[in-house]
Amino acid sequence: MSAVVSAQNLGLTFRTNDGDVVALSDVNLTIEKGEFVSFIGPSGCGKTTFLRTIADLEQPTSGTLDINGQTPEQARKARAYGYVFQAPALYPWRTIEKNVALPLEIMGYTSAQQAERVKRTMDLVNLAGFEKKYPWQLSGGMQQRASIARALAFDADLLLMDEPFGALDEIVRDHLNSELLKLWERTQKTICFVTHSIPEAVYLSTKIVVMSPRPGRVTDIIESDLPRARPLDIRESPEFLAIAARVRDGLRAGHSYEEAV
Amino acid sequence: MTRTLPLIIVLIAIVAIWYAAAIGLNAQWQNDVYRRGDVTNVPATQFVLDTWNQEKPVLPTAHQVFGELFKLTVLTDPTKPRSLVFHAWVTFSATALGFVMGSVLGIGLAVLIVHNEAMNRSLMPWIVASQTIPILALAPLIVVIGFNIFTGTFGIPTDPARLMSKAIISAYLSFFPVAVGMVKGLRSPEAIQLDLMHTYNATPNQTFWKLRWPASMPFLFASLKVGVAASLVGAIVGELPTGAVAGLGARLLAGSYYSQTIQIWAALFAASILAALLVIAVGVVEKLVNRSMGARPA
Repeated sequence: MSAVVSAQNLGLTFRTNDGDVVALSDVNLTIEKGEFVSFIGPSGCGKTTFLRTIADLEQPTSGTLDINGQTPEQARKARAYGYVFQAPALYPWRTIEKNVALPLEIMGYTSAQQAERVKRTMDLVNLAGFEKKYPWQLSGGMQQRASIARALAFDADLLLMDEPFGALDEIVRDHLNSELLKLWERTQKTICFVTHSIPEAVYLSTKIVVMSPRPGRVTDIIESDLPRARPLDIRESPEFLAIAARVRDGLRAGHSYEEAV
Repeated sequence: MTRTLPLIIVLIAIVAIWYAAAIGLNAQWQNDVYRRGDVTNVPATQFVLDTWNQEKPVLPTAHQVFGELFKLTVLTDPTKPRSLVFHAWVTFSATALGFVMGSVLGIGLAVLIVHNEAMNRSLMPWIVASQTIPILALAPLIVVIGFNIFTGTFGIPTDPARLMSKAIISAYLSFFPVAVGMVKGLRSPEAIQLDLMHTYNATPNQTFWKLRWPASMPFLFASLKVGVAASLVGAIVGELPTGAVAGLGARLLAGSYYSQTIQIWAALFAASILAALLVIAVGVVEKLVNRSMGARPA
């Protein structure tokens, strides 16, 4: 196994008019190929910032960060990852298939390659039949699936997902979570997934990174020993509840630290 | 019916106020006419009808104005200088040319401003300042100097030179709303949409054509509608100072020289009809573009 993401003593400080804000402090983390890693913590803990740093959307101010042994910038230019944002961010003037084809157009795929990949990824997220629809004609859950298809279209091995289901209701979210697991199973991708839902993190992950705010830092890294095939009712099993309890403890530890200051 | 009824009521109210005002405003002249002709004991109905049908009334009535309009458009050969269609065409050609020039300039400035912070800081104050100069003060300068430069230095024949001078004034008025609207439009993509382009390592060119430009379309058409109306104002203003012989502005001026109030009002209505047609035309193009961009039907 090779490290896809490797962070050593990573720190990031935002300079603002109100003084410095430490978004990330001394983060050490290694993510192996094929892992499903969730980042969980209250808002302001730097989980999204860490994901954005991997994506070269933010620049670390200390420490080192390697993506596939490259700098984040090199990795971005090598199109090493697909990024799924909190909102679908589909372009309203493009049909769903055109939205999925957007990265392919930019990366210079031929139209035959584009058509083939659009079809394959739209099948993967169960959106076949909606190719010609415009985003406003789809439900929120379907829009987010389209945005996942767009991130998958150019076959990056790393998928970065920033609370992709945060705006959806719980029924849709459950459904998409189990679909995401199947998709991960089929594509063997490495997934980094930001969430603030404990059940979601435990249900999806092979590794859970618990973070806490002010300064944003990692308080616990939990390796999950749940089997890879996970029916939704695994969430009532004792193993599942034990991991959830540990995540909750980690979050609480982070908070008590904050209150002591 | 529920939609048309209020419209009809408002229209009737306007016409009623119009005709009532015409009686009052034209009464003095009518009394003078009677006194000079030694006409006495005019019945009230005759008096009212006379005030509504003077040759050079202070306020012409609707049937006079639209009668004149009908006569000068439908009943007159449009190639003759008497025809309002002829004059409207002269004004329209300057408007259209100026509108195209102004829109291209406005979009170009917006592109520069959005992509370059130095341009933003150095250009924007001048763009705003340009619109604080009253166009009435500037128009004679542009028309006279521009006309002389075009005919003298460039040796352009008089008719195209006159057209260009007027078009420059139109462009001067119309580039501003387009530039301001497009700066806002090109900046309208959300942060995550721009981040998305960044994750694809898209070139600035790709980001522009695939994101900023399509995102700016609603802003473009809103400002084009303002711009096309401003262009028409510019063209008419450009026809006022030169003693121009053609164009709706020239008709307005000639009408005021000879107290031809009916002619002035006919030209005014012709100008507003032209403005409405231009705005409608932009609206039609907007609808077509919206449809091709899959906009949710309103």
